[in-house]
Amino acid sequence: MSELQQRQIQLEVLRYNPETDTAPRYQTYSVPCLEEWVVLDALNYIKDHLDPTLSYRWSCHMAVCGSCGMMVNGEPKLACKAFIHEYKEGQIKVEPMANFPIERDLVTSVEDFITKLASVKPYLIPKEDKPVSAGEFKQTPAELKKFKQYTLCINCMLCYAACPQYALVPEFLGPAAISMAHRYNQDSRDGGRDQRQEVIASDEGVWECSFVGACSEVCPKHVDPAGALQQIKVASTIDWYKEHLMPWMKK
Amino acid sequence: MEIIKADVAIVGAGGAGLRAAIALAEADPKLRIALISKVYPMRSHTCAAEGGAAGVIKSDDSLDLHFSDTVGGGDWLSDQDAVEYFINEAPKELTQLEHWGCPWSREADGSVAVRPFGGMKIKRTWYAADKSGFHILHTLFQTSLKYPSIQRFDEYYATDLLVEDGRCQGLTALEIRSGEMKQFQAGAVIIAAGGGGKMFPFTTNGNIKTGDGMALAYRAGTPLKDMEFVQYHPTGLPNNGILLTEGCRGEGGVLFNKDGRRYLQDYGMGPETPIGQPVLKTMELGPRDRLSQAFWGEQKKGNTVKTPWGDCVLLDMRHLGEKKIDERLPLVRDLCISYLGMDPVKEPIPIRPVVHYMMGGIHTDVQAATRLPGLFAAGECACVSINGANRLGSNSLTELLVFGRRAALSAIAHLQSNQVPSSDTALAAKAKESQNRIQALFDKSNGTESISGLRQEMMDTMEENVGIYRTGEGLAAACEKIAELRQRYANITLTDKTHVYNTDLMQALELGSMLDCAEAVTVGARDRKESRGAHQRLDFTARDDENLLKHSLAHYHPTEPPRIEYLDVVVTKSKPGVRDYSGAKK
Ligand SMILES: Cc1cc2nc3c(=O)[nH]c(=O)nc-3n(C[C@H](O)[C@H](O)[C@H](O)COP(=O)(O)OP(=O)(O)OC[C@H]3O[C@@H](n4cnc5c(N)ncnc54)[C@H](O)[C@@H]3O)c2cc1C
Ligand code: SF4
Ligand code: FES
Repeated sequence: MSELQQRQIQLEVLRYNPETDTAPRYQTYSVPCLEEWVVLDALNYIKDHLDPTLSYRWSCHMAVCGSCGMMVNGEPKLACKAFIHEYKEGQIKVEPMANFPIERDLVTSVEDFITKLASVKPYLIPKEDKPVSAGEFKQTPAELKKFKQYTLCINCMLCYAACPQYALVPEFLGPAAISMAHRYNQDSRDGGRDQRQEVIASDEGVWECSFVGACSEVCPKHVDPAGALQQIKVASTIDWYKEHLMPWMKK
Repeated sequence: MEIIKADVAIVGAGGAGLRAAIALAEADPKLRIALISKVYPMRSHTCAAEGGAAGVIKSDDSLDLHFSDTVGGGDWLSDQDAVEYFINEAPKELTQLEHWGCPWSREADGSVAVRPFGGMKIKRTWYAADKSGFHILHTLFQTSLKYPSIQRFDEYYATDLLVEDGRCQGLTALEIRSGEMKQFQAGAVIIAAGGGGKMFPFTTNGNIKTGDGMALAYRAGTPLKDMEFVQYHPTGLPNNGILLTEGCRGEGGVLFNKDGRRYLQDYGMGPETPIGQPVLKTMELGPRDRLSQAFWGEQKKGNTVKTPWGDCVLLDMRHLGEKKIDERLPLVRDLCISYLGMDPVKEPIPIRPVVHYMMGGIHTDVQAATRLPGLFAAGECACVSINGANRLGSNSLTELLVFGRRAALSAIAHLQSNQVPSSDTALAAKAKESQNRIQALFDKSNGTESISGLRQEMMDTMEENVGIYRTGEGLAAACEKIAELRQRYANITLTDKTHVYNTDLMQALELGSMLDCAEAVTVGARDRKESRGAHQRLDFTARDDENLLKHSLAHYHPTEPPRIEYLDVVVTKSKPGVRDYSGAKK
């Protein structure tokens, strides 16, 4: 196995501290990076060796906790999955996630997302009552497969940073929250679709979404939120027809 | 200082904290629950758990077998009354999660699937592909959103417990977003703040696992138990310590040394089993302590593979085939390709043991109660103890659920004893002390020590002297060094003196927690003159049941090393015996 390659990289990092800065600014750090590193390793190097005042979120360093979303050279990325070797230039620009208010440096506000996630009732609303003592609900691998992909969302919010609709209409529930509603709607154990549908159908953003698919492109977990949105929109349209044009038909 | 009143305050919103919160909300919707966490709940490190959660459900299994696997796996240091409670509750808790929507992997008939795990005689590990902890955490978090009585304080860093009149009556916490200190007054407090693997440099643990919860309880005067038992996981990626789940071996992956030998047979885990036909509790399905120790042996013999990241052995999964790997171990494949540039479908993966889990923690009884009235603990920060000297993989996720709930029930019972809270002024004075401690960090300008510098010295010491095999000499040196670092910690300087999202301050506080815990680990290890489970001494190689079938309890001292007390292990039906991991021999 070959020796590890090292390269000096200039990291241009957006800095903003509301207590001391009137506006965001950029600060450049020169970091000796191993090629196998990710951008997060470079930030940790800065924090430990160059500038302890830099703030950013991280925990797992394995792309599963969803903390470290940021813009790397203008693209929404997990800093722990943005590999140095993919940036051939000697310079990398790191900024906080787009479309969210900056709290400080690379830290953006999560509150809006959490509120939206909670609003779609992202939990099982059981179709039938069954006590725990009666054992598990049966679910075949095929039934599981129907929604499995949408359970993989790590709430990293990269899809919001990429979404042109969210940039325009901040009220838009957004790709991840809608995918999560879809996840439970598709679960064979669930009977809560009507309750979730009320929230989703009244969201103008859903109807405005132009399916450019930017969300699915940046999603590090291949959740395909654009696909979920499409499906949910079709289902909502059918609901609407049933209710307004064919009221004799049951949903 | 703003005062927030709650009936129960929970520190930590990982698997254990969330389970406790839900149990409280379900038991009584009128309870005011404050769920305090230094990160958003879904960032908690439970999300990183891959392999699965153990609980008896299949007809070929029995509670007795899960009991004996756990007690033997723990090298008889587990409290057997606690294990019994745990085993009994486990299937209910895992089924409860299923009812909350957890996407467990399934058999063709729609029942929940189970997989083999190290040290378990029967397949009993429930899994959701290789993202089990992730799905458990998100299922719990999302379910918690149902309950309006769970009030979350996300990104609040707990700094001190409020102890007055001999009872825990709340805590102080910094709101990270503003830097403001808040005082939580509560009838009961549950600590569920996770482990402290970050005191070691090479670990599967995330950045947040700095032993804060253990340190909170410890500093408040309640002891830490069995801290010397630190688990190495045998299969970590060599460059950054990312875990490859035990499920890799459960599904049939095998370990080779540089000569292509299945070396585990040379360490009492043989005879060799045919490739692709794993035998439970044998070879690659031995327990973690034994496998990590075997790696050390191979390293000493010069049988390891040299890589740019140091000595490794090889984990070969190629014979499982792409389809099975993608179905059962998709994350493992992704992690290997992304972080190591190697595909387990095509080549063996170099791996080495990595610090993974702390068996020790806040001393609690079977009811999850600490010795401090009003204070309860659950999850990795607690030591009940079911894990003894070596945790069996997949018992921990279940433990979060069983004892998270148990802590909640005990907290409710404590509230029902209707003790009158101490006066507001007395509690406020305590809170003020905590605030002053933080303020002192801001005021000091002549400190000479750097936070990252001290942290590095601590990690180097732990790695060098408190690893898989330990010696009296090394441990004595480590004790001295950690004591020195604790003193020097008084001279650290904050570079960042602002308040909003000050991660320099967080790191300073976390370093303080880790140093306190590290001292309990090193002193406990130095004084335990035997080899048991994950604690292996080259100078005391045998288990000593006559003198040391005992838990160690470390009592905090602000400037001196901890005092160690010993407590008998609860033995009900399984007398200490020989750990046999050569199942095929019989
Ligand atoms: C990579 C990996 C894989 C694993 N795989 C398995 C497996 O397959 N099966 C198994 O059984 N076990 C597994 N384990 C072990 C198991 O996952 C952990 O022991 C368990 O998830 C710990 O959960 P917890 O709720 O105790 O703590 P965590 O999930 O770590 O949560 C701790 C919580 O405490 C909070 N907190 C900490 N300090 C403070 C503070 N000062 N103030 C406020 N809040 C604070 C954090 O914000 C967080 O919410 C694995 C562990 C790792 C690291
Ligand atoms: S859908 Fe994908 S990009 Fe969006 S939050 Fe979830 S994991 Fe992140
Ligand atoms: S640090 Fe957890 S996703 Fe990047």
